[in-house]
Amino acid sequence: MSERELRYVGTSVSREDGLDKVTGAAKYTHDLALPGMLHAAILPSPHASARIVRIDTSKAQAIPGVRAVLTGSELTVRLGLYLRDKPILANGAVRYQGEPVAAVAAETLDAARRACSVIDITYEPLPPVLDARDAVEPGAPLVHPDLGSYEWMKGVFSPKPGTNVAHHQVIRAGDVERGLKESDAVVEATFTTAPVQHVPLETHAVIAQALPGDRAEVWTSSQSPHTVRHLLAHAFGLPHQAIRVHVPYVGGGFGGKAGLHLEPLAIVLSKAADGRPVKLVATREEEFNTIPSRQGIRSTIAIGATKDGKIRALRATYLWDAGAYADYGVNVGRAAAYSGAGPYAVPHCSIDSYVVYTNKVFGTAYRGFGHLEVLWGVERAIDLLAQKLGIDPVELRRRNLLHEGDRTITGETITAGHGRPDLCLEAVAKEIGWGQPGERPKDSSKVRGKGISVLHKAPAMPTSTSCAVVIKFDEDGAADVLVSGVDYGQGTYTTLRQIAAEELRLPIERVHVVNDCDTSFTPYDWQTVASRFAFMGGNAVIQAAADCLRQLKATAAQAFETRPEEVECEDGHAFLAKDKSRRIPYSKLALGYTFPNGNSVGGPVIGHGRYIATGLTHLDLETGQGHPAQFWTYGAHAIELEVDTETGEVEVLKVATALDAGKVLNPKLCQGQVVGGVVQGLGSALWEGFQFSPDGRLLNPSFTDYKIPTAKDTPHEIVPIFIETPQPDGPYGARGVAEHPMISVPSAVGNALHDALGVDLFDLPLTAERIQRAIEAKKART
Amino acid sequence: MSAKLHEITLTVNGREERVAVPAGMTLLEFLRERLVLTGTKEGCGAGECGACTVLLDGRPVTSCLVLAVEADGRDVRTVEGEARDGQLSLLQRAFIEENAVQCGFCTPGMIMAARGLLLRNPDPSEEEIVEAMAGNLCRCTGYEAILTAVRRAAREEREAR
Repeated sequence: MSERELRYVGTSVSREDGLDKVTGAAKYTHDLALPGMLHAAILPSPHASARIVRIDTSKAQAIPGVRAVLTGSELTVRLGLYLRDKPILANGAVRYQGEPVAAVAAETLDAARRACSVIDITYEPLPPVLDARDAVEPGAPLVHPDLGSYEWMKGVFSPKPGTNVAHHQVIRAGDVERGLKESDAVVEATFTTAPVQHVPLETHAVIAQALPGDRAEVWTSSQSPHTVRHLLAHAFGLPHQAIRVHVPYVGGGFGGKAGLHLEPLAIVLSKAADGRPVKLVATREEEFNTIPSRQGIRSTIAIGATKDGKIRALRATYLWDAGAYADYGVNVGRAAAYSGAGPYAVPHCSIDSYVVYTNKVFGTAYRGFGHLEVLWGVERAIDLLAQKLGIDPVELRRRNLLHEGDRTITGETITAGHGRPDLCLEAVAKEIGWGQPGERPKDSSKVRGKGISVLHKAPAMPTSTSCAVVIKFDEDGAADVLVSGVDYGQGTYTTLRQIAAEELRLPIERVHVVNDCDTSFTPYDWQTVASRFAFMGGNAVIQAAADCLRQLKATAAQAFETRPEEVECEDGHAFLAKDKSRRIPYSKLALGYTFPNGNSVGGPVIGHGRYIATGLTHLDLETGQGHPAQFWTYGAHAIELEVDTETGEVEVLKVATALDAGKVLNPKLCQGQVVGGVVQGLGSALWEGFQFSPDGRLLNPSFTDYKIPTAKDTPHEIVPIFIETPQPDGPYGARGVAEHPMISVPSAVGNALHDALGVDLFDLPLTAERIQRAIEAKKART
Repeated sequence: MSAKLHEITLTVNGREERVAVPAGMTLLEFLRERLVLTGTKEGCGAGECGACTVLLDGRPVTSCLVLAVEADGRDVRTVEGEARDGQLSLLQRAFIEENAVQCGFCTPGMIMAARGLLLRNPDPSEEEIVEAMAGNLCRCTGYEAILTAVRRAAREEREAR
């Protein structure tokens, strides 16, 4: 990178895809149709656990327009990201209410749904196991009696056959019992979060067509074109070339569209329907009931510190309620464990993270990847510790945050390039007026409080995660950037466009990041998760642009009859360094240069760049020691809220959020991530959570009963603050910031409620009812 | 199935449509499947998310809860009718410039809800803007940018008048 002034990077460029999206021209999978396309519907299980005794599909087959009816006994494929435990359709047994048991493809959606409604199934209901605490008891019903026969990723995950434990992640550093003994004060408490739904506005949708010769083409609302292809190839035992995956515009993902979802079912339906394309779109109810959620957690955390507020030890048990299948849940349990002591220097640490099967809708990746859940406990526990020590909560955090030279609980040494949690903390404390009394509420039944929390997260990704970018020049000297990461709203394509324009020395209007991913044409990218696309894609764009410039300069040098080193580029032109009046526009170089006599040199310019994770190691299975993090992003929130002591209703007045972004590539888009993430975090804090009946039915699978924040529920003010400690290997020093705004928002709310009311809350969501009950309980005590 | 068809005549984005539709067809299905105006989205099919918002005689409705036959003789406006002669409206431009669009799936409904508001009230108060937009769910933006865009469009449209 040169020292020249940046034209685009760091500026608030508007998103290029805005035009398609505000006009209704943007085509999502929901909007696509193929000639001859059939529509599919699924029949979900009404039981949380049952044996399938008999299925009679004859009436469904007889419905006019029905082209295929499938049940699990016809399908032998097992699916799974890390642990292959999931059938395409339930076979022999159902493991959660909402699990697809049968599916129909028909000429119309109406016919497919009517056919599903007349499939006759005899179940033998079994007692479900619905609480992870019960599931780990000896003698608990086994959700997967055949766990030992499944394939899993060895050396990374450790399922326990004969139990409901899908993974047990261990972190051991120092001697935790000694550390607790050396502590002057120890707090121990248990915290829970309920499972929640991602709620992308576009529900999961796929169109699949089985093609002759064991091939398939798929259009899907997904975050991961290549991972979808890879998992499909693996599941069906096909070469990767046999499967082509397209990803058009995607209407939100938040982690819920990573991995594989409805794609395999759509493929087998198409195959059963003689290769007619099949469209399968989840209803909103299925999005809650059938599509995976964010799993719940029960955390028991003990923290000990000396009387001057230095943390000596943290011991935690994280018990994850994974639901019926492992999916991403096992990796959430792994990643959140290595972050499970918060961004603090903790000399003695012991964490056991158990990912446990139950008969509930299963868990998957969700923005924050387990960090909101574990830090709900850790960041509340730090405040409890502050109360016990009589030290201000900001001061207690200040004394323990990771600094250069400290070691993380997996043994990684913090360097100057890691970012500064302390600066984030100071910034939000100042912004919220920490230590100064807030205004008095007008209404005498209301009280105000302030709360603070910190956060950290690194991308949870394989040690070999990689990404490639191709830049190809058009005839007129404009550049197309081809990537397979997906911009499902976060704005990464705009950021990559800025970097490409900067590096290619091209006006940004002449750079286009191609929107439709297609595994046959766009270069490899692992998947768009973990807040790593701008980081890895940005690095790859820089390299691809350099490759293009090399080619442009080589051709220009021939035209100028000089050496490439004598040529420079700016504003879409190549010119002679020592005589800037001699210039050639890219349009005359992009396909090759033609001399006045007709002789031509060079050729079409196509550049290639790539990036692969470097220096990462698997965690030791016995100790959890290792290097899992490509980079860490640190942050902090401060919240001021008002709570009605009679009703428990909370009004969030102000949220200040600071993140160490390394370098803000686009302030407007980064602010958009913060505001959106904070509000999503408030959803988890205050309202959102699945409720189940005693027999395991989800009771709130609709927007009427499952409330997400609306325009009326937003804080009066959200103040995004960015610290810029450059990431040495980040593009322009940047690191990821997309998931982080959501993490630790509930913790700050919980801490502010303590400040306001003097009550401590342990269970999410912090509904008005729960708050009101806590107020009543406190009154009863005093 | 031999559902009885009903002849209806309606105006969609200024263009008259005369069609026969089944009684049970929703306005949303009619727009998306018959006219291929897929800008209008389905987010829940139950009138709870607002992604399918269109204007019916100038008033915002969730088109998943309106039958196509109910639109007989009436005027329907969708997001595809918001730009005029290839020119984005001030409202659309404000959505882009204020970063009120992320994944974009709620955007058409948001724009139509805002258009409905500005048609009946060119100078809305803060409370009126929030009230008008509160029936439309967005999971990406946290709403702040959307409210800012509506505020800005209201001001700019008044100034342009």
